[in-house]
Amino acid sequence: MPISLRVNGRTHEVQAEPGDMLLSVLRQDLALTGSKYGCGEGQCGACTVLVDGQPVRSCVTRVSTLGIKPITTIEGLADGDRLHAVQEAFLEAEAFQCGYCTPGMIMATVALLRATPSPTDADIVKALQGNVCRCGTYARIMQAVRLAARRMRPSDSSGGAR
Amino acid sequence: MTPVTSSGRDGESTEHEVERYELREHPPYHFELERRAFLQVFAAMGGGLAVIAVAPGAAQESGRRGGDASATEDIAAWLHVGEDGKVTACTGKTEIGQNIRTSLAQAVAEELRVPLDAVTLVMADTARVPYDAGTFGSLSTPRMAPVLGRAAATARALLIDRAAARWQVARDGLTIRDGRVTDGTRTATFGELVAGQALTGRVAPDVALTAPSAWTVRGTAPRKVNGRAFVTGTHRYTTDIERPAMQYGCLVRPDGYAGTLEKVDDAAARAMPGVTVVRDEGFVGVVADDERLARRAAAAIRASWRRPATDPSSETLYEHLQREVAAGGRPATPIVAGDVDAALSAAARTFKARYLVPYIAHVPLEPRAAVAEWQGDSLTVWCGTQRPFGVRSELAEAFRLPESRVRVIVPDTGSAYGGKHTGEHAIEAARLAKAAARPVKVVWTRAEEFAFAYARPAGVIEVTAGVDAGGRLTAWEFHNWNSGASGIRTPYDVANQRIAFHPSNSPLRQGSYRGLAATANHHVREMHIDRIARDLGVDAVQFRLSHLTDPRLRAVLEAVAQRIGWPRPSAAGRSLGIACGTEKGSYVATAAEVSRAGTSVTVNRIVVAFECGAVVHPDGVRNQVEGALVQGLGGALFEALTFANGRLTNGTMARYRVPRFRDVPVIDVVILDRKDLPSVGAGETPIVCVAPAIGSAARGLGHVVDRLPISFVASPA
Repeated sequence: MPISLRVNGRTHEVQAEPGDMLLSVLRQDLALTGSKYGCGEGQCGACTVLVDGQPVRSCVTRVSTLGIKPITTIEGLADGDRLHAVQEAFLEAEAFQCGYCTPGMIMATVALLRATPSPTDADIVKALQGNVCRCGTYARIMQAVRLAARRMRPSDSSGGAR
Repeated sequence: MTPVTSSGRDGESTEHEVERYELREHPPYHFELERRAFLQVFAAMGGGLAVIAVAPGAAQESGRRGGDASATEDIAAWLHVGEDGKVTACTGKTEIGQNIRTSLAQAVAEELRVPLDAVTLVMADTARVPYDAGTFGSLSTPRMAPVLGRAAATARALLIDRAAARWQVARDGLTIRDGRVTDGTRTATFGELVAGQALTGRVAPDVALTAPSAWTVRGTAPRKVNGRAFVTGTHRYTTDIERPAMQYGCLVRPDGYAGTLEKVDDAAARAMPGVTVVRDEGFVGVVADDERLARRAAAAIRASWRRPATDPSSETLYEHLQREVAAGGRPATPIVAGDVDAALSAAARTFKARYLVPYIAHVPLEPRAAVAEWQGDSLTVWCGTQRPFGVRSELAEAFRLPESRVRVIVPDTGSAYGGKHTGEHAIEAARLAKAAARPVKVVWTRAEEFAFAYARPAGVIEVTAGVDAGGRLTAWEFHNWNSGASGIRTPYDVANQRIAFHPSNSPLRQGSYRGLAATANHHVREMHIDRIARDLGVDAVQFRLSHLTDPRLRAVLEAVAQRIGWPRPSAAGRSLGIACGTEKGSYVATAAEVSRAGTSVTVNRIVVAFECGAVVHPDGVRNQVEGALVQGLGGALFEALTFANGRLTNGTMARYRVPRFRDVPVIDVVILDRKDLPSVGAGETPIVCVAPAIGSAARGLGHVVDRLPISFVASPA
């Protein structure tokens, strides 16, 4: 059946079953492959996207539940060539090895910093606990999140917040 | 070529340094294929300068085959300077997160005197790179980096020669930097120098590399060369690859971790429009235009499987491993020194223990995936693997093709940790693509990855040590059943030793894992050394130092002890533990500070001192050490595959616990940069001492069971 989805500011019509998962539709029907399949159980966070600004596990989110809520994927984050501050911070902190978890980590971080612009380390751990980096770069990701938070705070003029 | 992960039945290993799960032999002959392939690649690049790099030591190796060196030379890498001045280096190594795409480019940029961004690495594409056995054993830095460096140094000399000839000046007066050669008045870019007249060269045997003291590119920490693609989601892993008219495939698998197909009812799947069912002996799969449809069709197939009836459970496993010593395999030769039986009889005290090590899963976040495409009887497969040429051989064998008709391309891969040596996913995609006559993508589910990928071997280790009246180790007897021989030797001075590895018949499919068996062997050795020191009432660092002569090992041990403030923990209720070792040419010592919560251990802080010779990419090394440490935490504290009646009982991400943010302690990494020593790999060794550092620390707070993962016996100390 035809389903409308609002992804990265554009409305897409796709053919899908109501029970089909958002991740599959994003990757296969919309060719947005930045969101990754890691477990299909909602346990690793590699598929994290934002729905209405909230982080969701797209691998266990049925497309029929979304209506016209705005969905943001990793592809919708940068402004042309200009990276989002969180993307910049991950690059700068070299907060990855194989990079497969990175899009999900970045999306979860964007959601965290929108809700909590000045997170404590405990806030970061809590927000990212559902995201696995099997390469074990957690300490660097923490560093990247702190760096992005510092840059994105309105009071701090040194960063490229947006 | 033998698949890497039989189940411990092949027993290939005849010496302890070679881990049987990674043992690979070069093909006996290369003939002229590689040179021809190189010339094709070179022609396709449109002239310019090309250099063939031969692996050092290849001449000696080829000597044993009795041929002359030129006929059997091992070409290890190619390097090309184009008319546009761009530098391309071709290597069979794979990028799996260890960051060699950047660190190998550093070696080339350094020797060619060009900026890092002028260098592109073509990696792991069997049609464009020379043969390589695989990316394992921490060999990329010690072996491939010098090969590429020498190729670049040779290219530099050829460029200077050409400029000297063109300008009719002595080459001594010429300098080369930033991609240009100059004599002080005239300047020519690399592109200008190579234009118009193709030039090929071979690496001279005596070409020198830039001394580490003069490094300007190596020894620095540039960002990952293609890092931007990872943070924007544009990097194409195998799972992301699309081909024109591509379909999706899905396999029908046993309901346990193994099984033989008995009968199949595929009528419902065949009735689904747009679904192709593919059956070939024990192979059952489906193909459809839509991945979701393919999964639904596979689920609609009713198949029954005959399960192995006699397999143990994860609880009865260890008796099984000691009883079921691999039949038919060549027994590994024990390491023997002195007379261990006499020394144990004469010892003032003896210490005996039996340790259990479970199977663990690699859980690479990108599961096995492959895209296969046939053109006539030629096959191209994109897939994640650490052994592109090994997978090419597997495909050639499976489809009875000459290897020249098979191309394997490995995109930078979503990690492996030793877990992606084999090509079953490539074969599956190729079989389905052959039936569908279309390109086919196969992506394993996480459940498939748990059940049908191979595991880090489980093992039983028995150790008996003897100590004389003066508190010196006099006897060391060490037997490892099944987990492997890597790191089985002891670095401690003990006159009488018997050390043996006994391969077993493994119920689970098993194979390589980061650090191989060095993790199990280091764990037991270091835990036992700790036990002896404890029982003798001797400081664990002093006890080690009094039995260690290797200055590099002493240096990391002393560095870590100092950094953690040995022997005093930083707070009440905490305890310190320490361990050290050497493997694959590098040296590590790890210290942990822990506290207790019921029967489990909380790690508060970990310090690692690591030395891998001259450091090429300081931040890259640090990243690898931190990552190995976190991965080691999993095996130390909670990872273990459990199974019964032929099925895994924790084969999902929800049930199989891997380290997460909350598990990560304060991490402090001390890198000892030895510019006077050759660079060696850093991806594996830092994992080997994590568990014994934590386990020995826990002993200060209660009775710790002699098995991994580490836990306390329920009653308090």
